[in-house]
Amino acid sequence: MKLDILKALNTERAARRAAVVVTDQDSGAQRLVTHDKIAADPLKELLEAHLRSGKSGMEETPQGRVFLTVHVPPTRLVVIGAVHISQALAPIAALLGYDVTIVDPRTAFASEERFPGVKVIAEWPDKALPPLGVDRYTAFVALTHDPKVDDSALLHALERDCFYIGALGSRKTHGRRVERLKAEGASDDKLARIHAPIGLAIGAVSPPEIAVAIMGEITSRLRLTAEGKR
Amino acid sequence: MDSLATETDILKAAEDWKAAGRGVALATVVETWGSAPRPVGSNLVIDDQGNFLGSVSGGCVEGAVVTEALDVIESGKPKTLEFGVADETAWKVGLSCGGTIRVFVEKVD
Repeated sequence: MKLDILKALNTERAARRAAVVVTDQDSGAQRLVTHDKIAADPLKELLEAHLRSGKSGMEETPQGRVFLTVHVPPTRLVVIGAVHISQALAPIAALLGYDVTIVDPRTAFASEERFPGVKVIAEWPDKALPPLGVDRYTAFVALTHDPKVDDSALLHALERDCFYIGALGSRKTHGRRVERLKAEGASDDKLARIHAPIGLAIGAVSPPEIAVAIMGEITSRLRLTAEGKR
Repeated sequence: MDSLATETDILKAAEDWKAAGRGVALATVVETWGSAPRPVGSNLVIDDQGNFLGSVSGGCVEGAVVTEALDVIESGKPKTLEFGVADETAWKVGLSCGGTIRVFVEKVD
């Protein structure tokens, strides 16, 4: 590997941006495709499929056998609300490889005792969220059910390209929330990105079941295209 | 995720070792068959003194990869190595048969 490719790759990784190294297996020739160059690349479809799966692999192309080394930043989950569902969501998400952060200004909820070993920030979203650097490899869920906490957090998430945004609440609750967020200046397009009612429709009743429904929905957004294909 | 965190360290180490003036090679698992211990994309970085960081097989074939890597650092020519993971080793970790891995070794220059 050329040192300049290695340096550029490490820069992309440090900035939490995806990149693929394409290595020709016959000649050893190599190139780095950064996330912003993928759409214009001759191997676009292959690269996109590998980025979605997060897996490196060998591929036959018209130009010969190439090895694709896929570098995708670790996924993160930001949870607004140190609530009962979050207590189940945090360990399930950690098991799926997510780096989990929980934000809740209510110190009685956001305690180490309730969330052993989890990163919990007992601050209002306005203060807690900006330093987190919410990005496209972040899934974002609002679970407090309290507009005072959830609304400003959702407005923050809508301004960033997180791959998943979900909010707890019935259709009716969500309808009222959409009206409030619209009044705060959020566009219809952006508001349509919020998954609500949150989670896959699996008939979840208990908090752990709701957590499973949420992680199922997040996984589908991570791994499937908009058309529902792998 | 541990594996990714480790991987970051490995590629950063490759850059740092090179910047420090050492001869450096990077080994990558490019194909696996059967029950291979490390997934495709796993890295091992090796310097010209035989120091190494990372893993391509969980310890079974690292020695051989390091030896070949020294050769790659010397010649500058990439190599593809193939290993069958020894049955004995495979049994020890509870696998019914040994896997096979292919490792691409290249110089960082």
